[in-house]
Amino acid sequence: MSGHSNEHRPVRVVVWARLLLLLPFVAMLWVSSYDRAEPMLAGIPFFYWYQLGWVILGAAIIGFVYLVER
Amino acid sequence: MNWTALTVFIVLFGFIAWLGFIAAHWRKGDLSKLHEWGLGGRRFGTFITWFLIGGDLYTAYTFIAVPALMFGAGAIGFFAVPYTVMIYPLLYIVFPRLWSVARKHGYVTSADFVRGRFGNRWLALAIAFSGILATMPYIALQLVGIQVVIGAMGVETSGFAGDLPLVIAFVILAAFTYTSGLRAPAMIAVVKDLLIYITVFAAIIAVPIHLGGYAKVFSSIPSPKLLLAVPPAGTYGSFSAYATLALGSACALFLYPHSITGILSASSARVVRRNAAMLPAYSLMLGLLALVGFMALAIGVQSMPELAGGFKRYLNNFAVPALFLALFPSWFVGVAFAAIAIGALVPAAIMSIATANTFTRNIYREFINPACTDAQESQVAKIVSLVIKAGALVFIFALPLQYAIWLQLLGGVWIIQTLPSVMLGLYTRFFNGWALLLGWMAGLGLGTWMVASNNFAPVYPLHLAGIGGFPCYAALASLVVNLAVSFVVSLVLNQVASDRHKDATVAADYA
Repeated sequence: MSGHSNEHRPVRVVVWARLLLLLPFVAMLWVSSYDRAEPMLAGIPFFYWYQLGWVILGAAIIGFVYLVER
Repeated sequence: MNWTALTVFIVLFGFIAWLGFIAAHWRKGDLSKLHEWGLGGRRFGTFITWFLIGGDLYTAYTFIAVPALMFGAGAIGFFAVPYTVMIYPLLYIVFPRLWSVARKHGYVTSADFVRGRFGNRWLALAIAFSGILATMPYIALQLVGIQVVIGAMGVETSGFAGDLPLVIAFVILAAFTYTSGLRAPAMIAVVKDLLIYITVFAAIIAVPIHLGGYAKVFSSIPSPKLLLAVPPAGTYGSFSAYATLALGSACALFLYPHSITGILSASSARVVRRNAAMLPAYSLMLGLLALVGFMALAIGVQSMPELAGGFKRYLNNFAVPALFLALFPSWFVGVAFAAIAIGALVPAAIMSIATANTFTRNIYREFINPACTDAQESQVAKIVSLVIKAGALVFIFALPLQYAIWLQLLGGVWIIQTLPSVMLGLYTRFFNGWALLLGWMAGLGLGTWMVASNNFAPVYPLHLAGIGGFPCYAALASLVVNLAVSFVVSLVLNQVASDRHKDATVAADYA
């Protein structure tokens, strides 16, 4: 079945997009980069809002990769 | 006795039980087949899968224990957030492959896959055994969530009469799981999540208003709890502990039978991928809920005399219920507590179904009755799901709670040892089945020893030559040894006694 080849992006694009999925690992395992209180956001220390921010960013990255691959 | 809260609680709980029974007729299938009873017929779309996996992974115990850890130990408890950030890229990349190969070959459990991929029934037995062993204490801990909220409403929870509410809750759970299979938790999960979301949003909005803003919440947290301690020279201290706890937990999560049941019940690999992008909504909620532990600390629930009894009995696990009791009207306490109790039923149901699937497929059919019919197979699974729940109940009543917590911790160390066979097995057939079995033994033995010799603390004080102190989650450290053994032994065995011809799958099955 090769009639729908236009539905699939080139393999190279897909691979590059998937590399983005490494970013959440790098960011979260690099603990010394975020173990601090400043800058605060609405009274919330950096340690907390930064990691919560990565929950959203991580989801956005996966959503992006999904769209590229679709 | 808090009658208003108790009435709301019982009404909501009754509604959920009713829903569990009528779920048998939902998207009707032949429940005398294991994939219908135990996987809902692999028919759940994006929306239901989101609720099902969400309800499955973010359990009531999580909702009690994570804030409790923040309440008691501070910032280290927040590792649940980086942990859940890292699970979804893994879900996105790895597990659609498992879904595809499982659909193609009719696999219901991860051990089914390993059996087909490596053609080694003993390796498959090891995978099945790890899954069952790791899940049982987890089911028992779900009961703790129910027990704490029932106790918090003023119902006596000691002695025989005190055990009764929990027994009733579990009989209901057992009955609807038996009749409806995976359809029951899938349907209940939708209602449960609405309740959980209402509860969490009430807490994160109302509590800071009551206290005068988030700045007030954080400024009243003692500084040792606010951030991780900066490691002294020569060790990675709390940093490596935090990072390895998060990474190790992330690697282990989707290896649990109940996670795999949730994934395999999806209607397509694409549904799994979509959910990898959508499930983080739950992580956000978990992160906010973790902060509720700090809010409880900030309003000083531990020094309120009317709550002292609860803390005495349930220790820090009482932090979240205490906060609700202290700040919210009774009827809302009933809603919040029902959310937690129902939040325990969903994962407990999925876990018992997943363990029952594993026992039936990989022990009963493989070793006891290879000639069993589909109907026999499904019947055995239903009965085993009852036995498992009864076991969890006995566990909670007969043993100190601490044992369940220790075993659940060990469960994480055991289940991660299946990573080379299951996750790497989805990509490569380089590994030899016997080598993986040896690696599994090495990892299991070492990991168990690391935890036991360290007074059942999850983080082992590792010392690496050339690096210095590197406190490491025992699961991750033992996984490294498992991988090394699997690799080296495979190199040798592939030369002298290759088992690659036993692979029942082909590359196209994974796409």
